[in-house]
Amino acid sequence: MKIHEHQARGIFRQHGLPVPDFEVVTSPAEARKAAQAFGGRVAVKAQVLVGGRGKAGGVKIADSAEEAEGAAGAILGMSLKGLTVKKVLVERAVEIADEYYIGIVIDRARKLPVLMVSDAGGVDIETVARETPEKIHKHAVDPADGLDDADAERLASAIESRSEIAARIAECLSGLYGAFIESDASLAEINPLVSTADCEVRAIDAKILIDDNALFRHPDLAAMRDPDSETQHSRKAREMGLSYVKLDGDVGCVVNGAGLAMTTMDLIKRCGGDPANFLDIGGSSDPAKVLAALEIILSDSNVRSILINIFGGITRCDDVARGLLQALERAEIGVPVVVRLTGTNEEEARALLKDRDLATADSMDEAVEKAVALARRSVQ
Amino acid sequence: MSIFIDRATRLCVQGITGRDGSFHARGMMEYGTNVVAGCTPGRGGTTVEGVPVFDSVAEAVESAGANASITFVPARFATDAILEAAEAGVALIVAVTEGVPTLDAVRIYHRLGDLGARMIGPNCPGIISPGKSKVGIMPGWIHSQGPVGVVSRSGTLTYEVVDQLRIAGLGQSSVVGIGGDPIIGTSFIDCLRAFEDDAETRAVVLIGEIGGTDEEEAAEFVRGEMSKPVVGFIAGRSAPPGKRMGHAGAIIAGGKGTAEEKIEALKAADIPVAERPSDIPELVANALGR
Repeated sequence: MKIHEHQARGIFRQHGLPVPDFEVVTSPAEARKAAQAFGGRVAVKAQVLVGGRGKAGGVKIADSAEEAEGAAGAILGMSLKGLTVKKVLVERAVEIADEYYIGIVIDRARKLPVLMVSDAGGVDIETVARETPEKIHKHAVDPADGLDDADAERLASAIESRSEIAARIAECLSGLYGAFIESDASLAEINPLVSTADCEVRAIDAKILIDDNALFRHPDLAAMRDPDSETQHSRKAREMGLSYVKLDGDVGCVVNGAGLAMTTMDLIKRCGGDPANFLDIGGSSDPAKVLAALEIILSDSNVRSILINIFGGITRCDDVARGLLQALERAEIGVPVVVRLTGTNEEEARALLKDRDLATADSMDEAVEKAVALARRSVQ
Repeated sequence: MSIFIDRATRLCVQGITGRDGSFHARGMMEYGTNVVAGCTPGRGGTTVEGVPVFDSVAEAVESAGANASITFVPARFATDAILEAAEAGVALIVAVTEGVPTLDAVRIYHRLGDLGARMIGPNCPGIISPGKSKVGIMPGWIHSQGPVGVVSRSGTLTYEVVDQLRIAGLGQSSVVGIGGDPIIGTSFIDCLRAFEDDAETRAVVLIGEIGGTDEEEAAEFVRGEMSKPVVGFIAGRSAPPGKRMGHAGAIIAGGKGTAEEKIEALKAADIPVAERPSDIPELVANALGR
């Protein structure tokens, strides 16, 4: 789960990181007031859950309260990668001497959290990793042992030769590690962490991703979810226990299992079609889930055919068929549906659906071909 | 022969008194698995499907001789359940549970390493050695015994592939679902090494998906250390970057973990990669020289 910069700043501050004072406001007039209170130069930053805000014009420096008001006016209401900016963060601008990157992710191969630091701060760390990987220093930490002070100091010294500043960076690494572990994060990073001319260190950005699987033990973090960050349909899918990702194509898919759902999408592409979504109904054949899945897909006006691909193992095909029948009774399905039900109780499922106006298929390949052809036909 | 489980497997079902636990305990027993115990704290002394239930895994080991366990425990209790089984001396723990926090999986992985126990999963369908034992939730009847080892990060996609293998007359030695999470107890390489050493296995099907670099590492292992032929399949060629595709581990992050990279790595190791699941049986038959 993504959280906003200002929320991540709050968490970092609790872990002793040097986060400058800031205010979060929702109107240009409030931005002006905040800037006046800080005095001097301020930064005005869009609070929206997408990366690359700076490049997209979502971050501005203002030399006066009037300018801050203007900057907030320009940023508020702006659309960044499809999300509307409703809040901006205002803070006193820091005179930057040097910029660093510090971050923690889970290293899947080593199966440990790994700290990453670089003196190439303020730029996209993935670009640094690709083009100048030698500028990134890494250190894996076993949570059973925690982060050793000496390791934090060694890492800090790798990116800053002045000992006074390096010592402060080392403290930041310890704070960042604490925030990462205690929030059950999958990523925590500060980019950039900056030093000033008088050798102070400041965290002027903050990013944390929380592990969705750990939200049950962090109700305070779960409450940070921004309802505007997901569409109504994505929210409905999440609440119904469906995995749903909207795509740009026109063949809607309802599948059981993530791997089979991805493969169904791949085969649609391979057949010259374009999938409208990824959707995994999970292991349950609860009719309510099948109905919700169909409603979500039908709410996408691009969809021109629907492919239901189920391999019944524990999921019984006749249960899915009953869910589909309920959906057909309750929802107006204005597009052709292709059904492929294989596995446990497939015969019963076929009998249930035989008098319905549905195209059926015996194999995944055949089902995909039919669904793609039907989507094309309805375009013409 | 087979890998990880066989007729000597004596299984303890953790969470046997729950809805899923009792359902799958019955399914495994019907398949022929030797389910010797169940475990649910506070329910010791009762029975489920004729299987004695114990309060702790340690008792299940001591009184019933359990040497493997499978967890049907909700995510918030799964970490403790898995660690309890390992501390009790169980050598193989199949973690079906979906939704285990990643940092818990990190902790479990390293603790089990210290104890010499193996976890398969979490978030996996389990493992089956057809005709011998099933420790998982997969439908037994789609499998058949034979020379093909299967290892996969997926559930139903594996069933799809196994079903087609059976129809083509290609039976399986063992089929392992290693799970869809970013941190898993048993990797592709662990399974490939076991299949390489297993006398019954003559070819292996590796079913990967987007996210992480496990497939790339597996390809490197096949190139360097395997004599048996391997056939690959990668799901997620059409997945967009930055979106989690159902499995917590199935995400292209920072431009890494794409299907293209994985397919290239497999091909570079002379592993034929199927474009469709339905192409896998032919590639396996070729590999077996049939």
